[in-house]
Amino acid sequence: MVSLKSEQTYEILSQRQLVWRKFKRHRLALVCFYALITLYAIVIFAEFFAPYGAFERHSDFLLAPPTSLHFVDENGTFHLRPFVYKVTNELNRQTFTRTFVEDTSEHYDLHFFVHGDPYLLLGFIQSDIHLFGVDASGTIFLVGTDSLGRDVFSRLLLGARTSLFVGLLGLSIGFVLGLFFGGISGYYGGNVDLFVQRLTEFLQSLPTLPLWMALAALVPAEWTPIQVYFGISSVLAIIGWTGLARVIRGKLISLREEDYVTAARLNGLTEVAIITRHLLPGFMSYLIVYLTLAVPQMILGETALSYLGLGIRAPAVSLGTLLQDAQNVQTVTISPWLLVPGGMVILIVVAFNFLGDGLRDAADPYKHI
Amino acid sequence: MAQDSILLRLEDLKVYLPLEEGILKAVDGVSLEVKPGQTLGLVGESGCGKSTLALSLLRLTPRFARTSGQILFQPRVGAPVDLAQLDAQSDAIRAVRGNEIALIFQEPMTSFSPLYTIGNQIIEPILLHRTKDAQAAREIALDMLARVGIPDPVETIRKYPQQLSGGMRQRAMIAMALSCQPRLLIADEPTTALDVTVQAQVLKLMRDLQAEFGMSILYITHDLGVIARMVDEVAVMYLGRIVEQANVDSLFHKAGHPYTQALLRSIPRVGKKSKRRLESIQGNVPVPINKPVGCDFYPRCPFVMPGLCDRIEPPLVPIEDDHRVSCYLHPAVVAAVQREDESQAYHAT
Amino acid sequence: MTGYIVRRLGYMVLVLALVSIVAFTIINLPPGSWIDNYATQLAASGTLPDQSELDFLQHRYGLDQPLLEQYVHWIVPLVTRGDFGFSFEWQQPVWTLISDRLLLTVIVSLASLFFVYAVSIPIALYSATHQYSAGDYFFSFLGVLGLATPSFMLALVFMIIMLRVFNVSPGGLFSPEYLNAPWSWGRVGDLLIHLPVPVIVIGVSGTAAVIRILRSQLLDEFQKQYVITARAKGVRELKLILKYPFRMAMNPIISNIGTILPAIVSGSTIVAIVLGLPMVGPLLLRAIVAQDTFVAASILLLLSVMTIIGVFIADLLLMWLDPRIRFEKSA
Repeated sequence: MVSLKSEQTYEILSQRQLVWRKFKRHRLALVCFYALITLYAIVIFAEFFAPYGAFERHSDFLLAPPTSLHFVDENGTFHLRPFVYKVTNELNRQTFTRTFVEDTSEHYDLHFFVHGDPYLLLGFIQSDIHLFGVDASGTIFLVGTDSLGRDVFSRLLLGARTSLFVGLLGLSIGFVLGLFFGGISGYYGGNVDLFVQRLTEFLQSLPTLPLWMALAALVPAEWTPIQVYFGISSVLAIIGWTGLARVIRGKLISLREEDYVTAARLNGLTEVAIITRHLLPGFMSYLIVYLTLAVPQMILGETALSYLGLGIRAPAVSLGTLLQDAQNVQTVTISPWLLVPGGMVILIVVAFNFLGDGLRDAADPYKHI
Repeated sequence: MAQDSILLRLEDLKVYLPLEEGILKAVDGVSLEVKPGQTLGLVGESGCGKSTLALSLLRLTPRFARTSGQILFQPRVGAPVDLAQLDAQSDAIRAVRGNEIALIFQEPMTSFSPLYTIGNQIIEPILLHRTKDAQAAREIALDMLARVGIPDPVETIRKYPQQLSGGMRQRAMIAMALSCQPRLLIADEPTTALDVTVQAQVLKLMRDLQAEFGMSILYITHDLGVIARMVDEVAVMYLGRIVEQANVDSLFHKAGHPYTQALLRSIPRVGKKSKRRLESIQGNVPVPINKPVGCDFYPRCPFVMPGLCDRIEPPLVPIEDDHRVSCYLHPAVVAAVQREDESQAYHAT
Repeated sequence: MTGYIVRRLGYMVLVLALVSIVAFTIINLPPGSWIDNYATQLAASGTLPDQSELDFLQHRYGLDQPLLEQYVHWIVPLVTRGDFGFSFEWQQPVWTLISDRLLLTVIVSLASLFFVYAVSIPIALYSATHQYSAGDYFFSFLGVLGLATPSFMLALVFMIIMLRVFNVSPGGLFSPEYLNAPWSWGRVGDLLIHLPVPVIVIGVSGTAAVIRILRSQLLDEFQKQYVITARAKGVRELKLILKYPFRMAMNPIISNIGTILPAIVSGSTIVAIVLGLPMVGPLLLRAIVAQDTFVAASILLLLSVMTIIGVFIADLLLMWLDPRIRFEKSA
């Protein structure tokens, strides 16, 4: 029997489908992609996912260690519903430090959709339902408490929200700036190009953090958290756009020389059609890759500034301000869970980097192996 | 046939590249011979594996490539060596590279590193293989540059590759390749990137130098016009296999394989008034991953005989003296397969 | 070639002038001045500030003048006499305040730069020649972590480890007995002992970045025709890699000093704050918060000068190393 195996079946795929196919082969990037989406979803509804309010103080539990969840009780009985023991703190008479001990005589079941601290979801939905919690007389601190007795896990979610969105906001401002400067530079060429080139070179040769520090001091002390938020994002963006402008300029110039663009021009396509139909798709993928890799830079910048007390400030919470609690080495040595927000920063940045790498590999659908 | 009359003999050479998509059979069972002083042409479309073949002779294929078969090479002294058995990083293969066998590539632009002078790069193999004396090596390099027709060798030796024209760069490349007077020169499309006039000069130069040094040349090209001018014998390659091999005259006048015939018809001819359109071969060269069963060319062949061509790979069989073809249009090839069948049937009973 | 260097130098002077303007303006932009800060501090400590005294100070420090005039009063003595102005807060000339710290900042930054290259080049060479090996994956993983960890976080972790495991408080670039001592061999030796921790902390992200760039550059270069040509000549593999692809890949790495150095200076600023090192970083933070204008502007200017001169040197180095650039620039 003759089989015509050689007749290959070809599928016609759009650029987007090609990119997506290639991207899906990048396991790690895909995992990071879904993880980041999940994280963004969680932090948008942070008040719901957090068992406590960000400023709710538990004065009996200053610097309490993470509460452990149990499935098996002291009698060895297995419980399907996890529970926590009552935690009491005792003063150690020898060292005069407070230690927290589990009191196995009392335990509290973990409940879902419990009533607790009231909050405004998305800024307008009034609610007091929290995803999980224990009875009011018990406590559940998944990552311990800070020196004021506030639940670090709840603050972590809220802080991550600030940091994640400052990153996005800063990026969008930087994106507009970069698109503008890169665009005019690549489009007009000549003296405009020269000027923009020198400007970006100039900004890039300056040490970023000291400049950020100086600029952050511009944000007035009396601003509301929302204003500070925009202020810090803008500070990050003012220096952050240069890389993007360079990418756009370089890409525009090289694309304009491409044969297919010349061909389109010879075919009588208008300049607008050339830009939207040929140039934009040509570097959309590069833009996305670049943006993905730029978000972590913004997040790292915000964290550093807030840590120094020049960025987001109380009452707003960000991963950077949370890490301020970790400034005192003595405290951190005793209460290492205060470093968890730092771990969160690392995870977020790593996820963005892997995602960016995966996208970069996928962005070039004609590249094999 | 006497062993010593053969410089290079390939025995069922296979170079497989395992890729994500499958195994790419770049060279798939090639047997060839090159005699001393002879010029053998290797013709084929781009992607047929001719460059991989060239690289595999010096063990320069990518590290993950799998090579099997024999590459028997007769060095200046001693017994023939099977290059296929040598480790790609061994001293033994490095003693052959640039010394016994030299290589010229298609792109004179990228074959030199832009960071070092021409002189530095030409002297490098001389210092490795001919002399340890820097001054003597420089003299040899200057002499070679003069021989390849570079006007001012003393000046040129100090220049960087990007300061030379394409033609001059390719001349410098030839000077470098021949600086150790190799027994075999592998030229992989050496003139493709050059202007036609420069191309003619470089071809003449190679012929002259061959006459002078008495080396053999393995000339790889897709350009049959160049083949006609340069070589004594031609092998036509398709998807990693030799489909026809003959001396130049019989190949051009009595091409036996439909692929060769098609290649010949696709050359434009000057002076021959013809109303016919220039022909092209239908279809593209498939990537040799998951190659078809049977003859590699049958999906594109106008004379395909279903039931035969798509079932058994036709062997390369002599149809005349010095003319071998692998196509069932020739009774000798059919007979060879039948003989094989019968002997198998005989062994089976 | 000389023409290019002269032009490049002229351009650098222009950039420095621009930096001084930018630095001074940014520092002066926040509303209020050090006087207001001072008054608030006094009020906080219970003393009611005397308005006439405040006015006197304001006038004496020239803070009542327009910004342009203040700038001229700062920049002219700076350029002509190397006088960086006066610190309101510390009541001493800026240069006396920062000179020692600046020297240490330069030392630590250069040491970090050296660390970055000394560590990343061998690792990148190993990773590129052993692509997809376990070692390659290991270093790639470390690199990702290194890029993602904020340097202050790393500094904190280092401190905790030192405290917990070795029970010593790190921090500082000197042992107490050398802290305020004049320079001597003993002090240099003491500095060398204290240098590794800050240098590693500052250098980690730069190292990760260089490994990444150099590795992919090398892998690209390995594919190039000239590498195969060289191999076909019979050149020994190690020599070949160093002479051809590595030299080629070094160019973008050297031109990358332009981004690595500012990053190192940035990193050194925050790490110095966290580890409490006697460098300009903590002083800058303090001066920014207190609106101690001349100190802040001078430090900002000097840090920028460091990176700009660094980039200039990298450019010259590149020109010296790469004949292609040499021809392009001298043409």
